[in-house]
Amino acid sequence: MQDRGFSAFNLPSLRRLWDVPASVSYAHFLGRKLVAFLLTVQGVGAFALITLGVLLTKFGVARGLVHGLVRREIARAGLRLLPMFLFLAAALGFLVIGQTVSWLTRVGAIGYLGTIMVAVVVRELGPLLTALVVLARVGTANVVELGTARATGEVEALEALGIDPVHYLVVPRVIGMAVGVFSLTVYLILGAVASGYLWAFVQDVPLTPGDYFRELAGALSGLDFALLALKTVCFGGIIAVVTCYQGLAQPLRLEEVSSATVRAVAQSLVACVLLDALFIVIYLVAG
Amino acid sequence: MSAPTESNAAPVIEMRGVTVGALHNTETVVATDVNWSVAPGDFWVIAGLQGAGKSDLLLTTAGLLPPRAGDCRLFGEPMPIFEEPRLATRLRLGLVFDGGQLLNQLTVAENVELPLRYHRNLPHGEIEQAVRVMLEATELLPWSANTPGTLPRPWRKRAGLARALMLKPEILLVDGPLGGVDLRHADWWLGFLGQLARGHPLLGGRPVTLVVTSDALLPWRNYARQFAVLAGQQFTVLGEWAALERSKVPAVRALREGRLPEVTQADPSGTEWTPASGSAK
Repeated sequence: MQDRGFSAFNLPSLRRLWDVPASVSYAHFLGRKLVAFLLTVQGVGAFALITLGVLLTKFGVARGLVHGLVRREIARAGLRLLPMFLFLAAALGFLVIGQTVSWLTRVGAIGYLGTIMVAVVVRELGPLLTALVVLARVGTANVVELGTARATGEVEALEALGIDPVHYLVVPRVIGMAVGVFSLTVYLILGAVASGYLWAFVQDVPLTPGDYFRELAGALSGLDFALLALKTVCFGGIIAVVTCYQGLAQPLRLEEVSSATVRAVAQSLVACVLLDALFIVIYLVAG
Repeated sequence: MSAPTESNAAPVIEMRGVTVGALHNTETVVATDVNWSVAPGDFWVIAGLQGAGKSDLLLTTAGLLPPRAGDCRLFGEPMPIFEEPRLATRLRLGLVFDGGQLLNQLTVAENVELPLRYHRNLPHGEIEQAVRVMLEATELLPWSANTPGTLPRPWRKRAGLARALMLKPEILLVDGPLGGVDLRHADWWLGFLGQLARGHPLLGGRPVTLVVTSDALLPWRNYARQFAVLAGQQFTVLGEWAALERSKVPAVRALREGRLPEVTQADPSGTEWTPASGSAK
């Protein structure tokens, strides 16, 4: 170890790491990670099924109260984020559409505009960006709220009142986030398309609004609309289930709420990306 | 082991050989072999030091914490009750937590109306009126628009009581009503619970079966009818105050007289605080 030529390994902590038998410790590390991943998948899956069961079996229970909660969650995960999404739509339009139109014009390939726009903004960037922003703005708040409620005994209080915590706390959040992500994605795409044309117009790209929107419409199919709705609803549902699971499904102490929040964000992110990859396969097969 | 209480009426709460675990520690046991019957109209006080497991015993009684072993029944039905068809039985029992355990996102009035809004399909005006009556009876009206975070602890406890009473339960479990409150609040709690036990107009004059936990026995002398002690993982039924006065068990004497026995000062773990087997001598 004295003279390996790796100056970074002169640090004592890293030297120790280097001395550890790599094959065994890395195998253990990966094994632990894999087991933790599988346990999380199992837990989140079970929690999702329980939530679905409660959603179906208690559909008519306390309708007035629960509908009010659902409206509140839709406002929180959708309506209140609209100004931010208008800003993001403008930025996305400038960044993606403006650049694409500009470059396609230069190489004389403006005919591919619609295909590229639909592939990038409608199928990929719009839903994923929306999901990530909702995760950051509302998902994290979910974990903190529910984790605190769990740590301070509010969940036991609900149970003592004969109120199912999943019905009262989780179901409205799942519906609210699913509707919120879907609606915000639609607004984001529309805003991005509109602001993209404005950017192209500013750059003196020879493209009339009619041609621009005709290109986009020509590249869209019925499948795009159906899969966009399904994908965004799934994104919203996944974020809600994962954040509620981390905040609610296991006993928490107040000091554990912050780590639960970090865990929920990482797991939601991974789940959304994996789901996105699945949808890419569906697009490729169906397209 | 504790002796079952004797009563002619069918018990509303019944425990046979129950082992009570701790809510926040799956490996801890707070009471073993609990044998206890609560008859309709009883007013029980369960006394014990802090950390003895009174709250866990109450949670098990309320069906929120499944017993580790043994049989726990409410109105003859096995607990815990989570199924929708048996929910009506469970709603005949109300639980007031030590800290009130109000929902922090809601105001006091919204907390109090929550059980009615969830379980009863009543017009909004009717719910508002019922909440107003309850807040007046518990002197919470000035705090109705406050969120729990802005409420002093004694008032949070009262809000928890008001919420638990909204469904007009036949049994009320109250965890530590006198803990951390001043004399004025303690006097109010004693008077109000005494009135509930006799029959309060809020509940149509029907007497409520009460189970209360406390750190001391003396304040309850003129209010409660039955007493029990939880110490050293043993739940000991003492019966009426007269039986309690005759007891020579250090734990019982200490809780009755409100001062620690010498043995406890030498034994902070509380092991020697365990009452002798069987009921009080």
